[in-house]
Amino acid sequence: MWTFIKKEFFHIFRDYRSMIILFGIPVIQVLLFGFAITNDVNNAKVAVLDHSKDPVTREITQKILSSNYFQLQQYLKSDNEIKPAFRKGNIKEVIVFEPHFAQKLNTEGKAHIQLILDATNPNTASILNNYTNGIINTYTLEKMKKENKLPTELNIHTTMMYNPELKSAFMFVPGIMTVILMLVSAMMTSISITREKELGTMEALLVSPVKPQVIILGKVTPYVALSSVIFVIIVALSRFVFGMPIRGSLLLLFGESLLFLIMALSLGILISTVSKSQQQAMLLSMFVLMMPTILLSGFIFPIENMPLFLQYLSDLMPGKWFIIIIKNIMLKGNGIEYFWKDTIIIIVMTLFFLGVSIKKFNVRLEPSSKKK
Amino acid sequence: MSEKIIEVKDLVKKFGNFVANDHLTFDVNRGEIFGFLGANGAGKTTAIKILTGLSKPTSGDVQVAGVNVSKYPERVKKKIGYMNQSFSLYDDMTVRENFRFYGGIYGLSKAEIKERTKHFLTKLNMEAYGNRMLKSIPLGWKQKLAFSVANIHNPGVIFLDEPTGGVDPITRRQFWELIYEAADRGTTVFVTTHYMDEAEYCERVCILSEGKIKALDTPVKLKQDFNTTNMNDVFLKLARNVE
Amino acid sequence: MRRIRYILQKEFLQIFRDKALLPIIIIIPIIQLVVLSYTATYEIKNIRLVVVDQDHTPDSRALTREFTGSPFYKLEGSLPNYAQAFHLMQKGTADQILVIEPHFEKNLETTKKASVQLITNAINGSAAGVMQGYGVSIINGFHNNIQIEQHPGQAKGLPIQTDTSYWYNPELNYFTFMVPGILVLLVSLIGLFLSSMNIVKEKELGTITQLNVTPINKFEFIAGKLIPFWVIAMADLTVGLLVARFWFDIHIAGNPVLLLFVTSVYMVLILSFGLFISTMAQTMQQAMFISWFFLVIFILMSGLFTPIESMPAWAQEFNRINPLAYFIKINRMIMLKGSVFSDIRNEFFILAGYAIAMLGFSTLRYRKTS
Repeated sequence: MWTFIKKEFFHIFRDYRSMIILFGIPVIQVLLFGFAITNDVNNAKVAVLDHSKDPVTREITQKILSSNYFQLQQYLKSDNEIKPAFRKGNIKEVIVFEPHFAQKLNTEGKAHIQLILDATNPNTASILNNYTNGIINTYTLEKMKKENKLPTELNIHTTMMYNPELKSAFMFVPGIMTVILMLVSAMMTSISITREKELGTMEALLVSPVKPQVIILGKVTPYVALSSVIFVIIVALSRFVFGMPIRGSLLLLFGESLLFLIMALSLGILISTVSKSQQQAMLLSMFVLMMPTILLSGFIFPIENMPLFLQYLSDLMPGKWFIIIIKNIMLKGNGIEYFWKDTIIIIVMTLFFLGVSIKKFNVRLEPSSKKK
Repeated sequence: MSEKIIEVKDLVKKFGNFVANDHLTFDVNRGEIFGFLGANGAGKTTAIKILTGLSKPTSGDVQVAGVNVSKYPERVKKKIGYMNQSFSLYDDMTVRENFRFYGGIYGLSKAEIKERTKHFLTKLNMEAYGNRMLKSIPLGWKQKLAFSVANIHNPGVIFLDEPTGGVDPITRRQFWELIYEAADRGTTVFVTTHYMDEAEYCERVCILSEGKIKALDTPVKLKQDFNTTNMNDVFLKLARNVE
Repeated sequence: MRRIRYILQKEFLQIFRDKALLPIIIIIPIIQLVVLSYTATYEIKNIRLVVVDQDHTPDSRALTREFTGSPFYKLEGSLPNYAQAFHLMQKGTADQILVIEPHFEKNLETTKKASVQLITNAINGSAAGVMQGYGVSIINGFHNNIQIEQHPGQAKGLPIQTDTSYWYNPELNYFTFMVPGILVLLVSLIGLFLSSMNIVKEKELGTITQLNVTPINKFEFIAGKLIPFWVIAMADLTVGLLVARFWFDIHIAGNPVLLLFVTSVYMVLILSFGLFISTMAQTMQQAMFISWFFLVIFILMSGLFTPIESMPAWAQEFNRINPLAYFIKINRMIMLKGSVFSDIRNEFFILAGYAIAMLGFSTLRYRKTS
């Protein structure tokens, strides 16, 4: 038994290129998501078309530009310049003040600002619209308060629960953990078992007196170790580099992760029993496992906003349940009473995958055992 | 004697500290069947790779068909054919498609490809199999096909690297008949093998051990020198000397 | 040069005979384009709101009604105290909690000062920002109405008003944004994986040695490998564009010929990159990992899912070597904004130069002698 595991370890660690990538991908992904990838909008380039150029418009422009969200790209001189400015592709928003702005505000009590947004990215556009409106409204309310035009006051106390600084890492880290554990466990096991099949070395192992379960266990153990190490690295990175809290029990976190790992490995074994070649196992893992896990598990895109059909489909993604569990433990500090159902779903999935692969495996073994 | 088509002088190939070919010097005459013998790891494949321009020698002078191979590896490739121990035809193409592909690569015209394909299929009695996928063809036939494909452009020299590995004696016999035919047409055949019975078929053999040439002569002469009746004993005696 | 024809013929034969490969390169991408495009939305609707109304007056109920009447909100429940509401948030069934203080109505009328609390689940930070924005604007709107009602002489609503126009995508349709991007992603994925596995496959099978003893030259070899995948990728892209047009109803604002022209250059770049990986790798598994590694980084940084402008300066600098970033930008400019060649000239020439360089690298890296 031990010699088998040692042989597998040796195999894996000798291929240093794959090793670098195996450890490199998680680290780089976590760092990228933590530092570079964010859905927030900062420093959006705006252009201002001020037909009025009075103290009020200048003050509003000043307010908008002094926030972190916006960065002035240019002042436009006429409406004709708006289109070309957008088509060059850098400007996200144009703010247009109507002529005689301050004057109208005084005499008619009403003045208009037109916001033109590049909505090719609808997300950025609606966020920018929100920001701009917020800044303008705050300005207006303050101005009214100063001029004593506000009869009543309604204060809104807002709280951002779990993630007061709105860090993107909080959203992405649980997803990355899931995808990486899937990648290493399911994809690597499936490829490595199919490889032995392809090279014919699996046959040699199977005719040896070692039991098939032991062989599979021997193949799987190094990946459990590898994935655990990677998991610890990711948790440490998210904790110490991005300040992501672990509000719940660390022990519970590792326990649940181990469960998910076993699920991923069973899935990997299942894939290896159905694929004939390495290339097939890779492509299967890639298109049937990785892409849906990334897109349907709530990693990047919130599931609640998907069409109903896809929401049902997402229930079949083991990753979805694991992401819920991680968020519960790390961010909400919840105990098992909040996610025992999700845990049971993963356990059932694991048993299912294991059952099917054992059945498949036995079917494959039977003809050769009859020959004896 | 006759004109020399391969001339090798002081060929050395090192991989780090390991010397795979240690000062090899030999010539091959035009139209000759030249056997290159040796145990696994004796340096046969390394030498054949250098002769075909697949690998650069560490030092030494190699001329094949009048071309300095280490200087102009691409020039020599038009004049030689090559068949490897794992005969590299494409499994997912038909017999005819394999002929067409390699014929095209060697710059044959469409008419030539057609004519050559027909010629080889007739000779191998395989007319009916022209449109069969290669993977459905038995191993021995594949080897004969690979030999024909390597001959499609009528090269002056053909290099065969352990061409008969893993096939039954009858097929091996047939394969050697193909080699004789090619030699009769004036093609020089350079063949490596570790089957000593095949060595008897060669006009001259060169026995390699640990990267060095241990013997080079006609099989008859070698058997006389070592005072035995077959090449196998010659080889065993040489091997014993090494130890 | 005549030889290229025979290499092409062989490559096409092999591709079309591979029964496992064909569905992967033709059917799966189209299915994924259709399905994934539905998943890729940041649109926020159906925010699950829990109201803790401690006032129970017409005003507090009116405020609740403002929320339930909004298309963005769905009332998950009304609970008597914050602790119970918070429990729902812990369980994950509430996104936002609105707490209305006791004496809310009275405070508004007498002290002229009232307050409400809005608690948002912020694990998904950017969504939280949007949700909070919605909530605050509903509350402000409510407040405005109250003022007009109670002090008709004094207040006329906010004096400075904004009108927003969303250009290029007035309905804020996510498909017009994501579908072109996902299409680029899928085409790049297929191109890179096919090309990166190709040469290394011949290495594993041993057929490469046979090719290396033929007079085939490096350029013919690389070109012969590249062109078939290029044709397939372009076909995939064309089918994808048709799906975008007729399934998702996305109209190409710019010139489709310009788009195909830029794509053709981009594909040369991606395929050369794949072939370069293939010449370096020793096994197909390695080739797969290396391509996966680069692709993941390129995709995440490319601005496909998240805006590039929000990235830190170093990340934006990195995108100078990210082929996907250039191409996604050009693609969206042509498809959505109708940009013409002069608008994308800079990006295009960088892409073209990059493609030529990569083609050169892969040709040089392929060695017939060891």
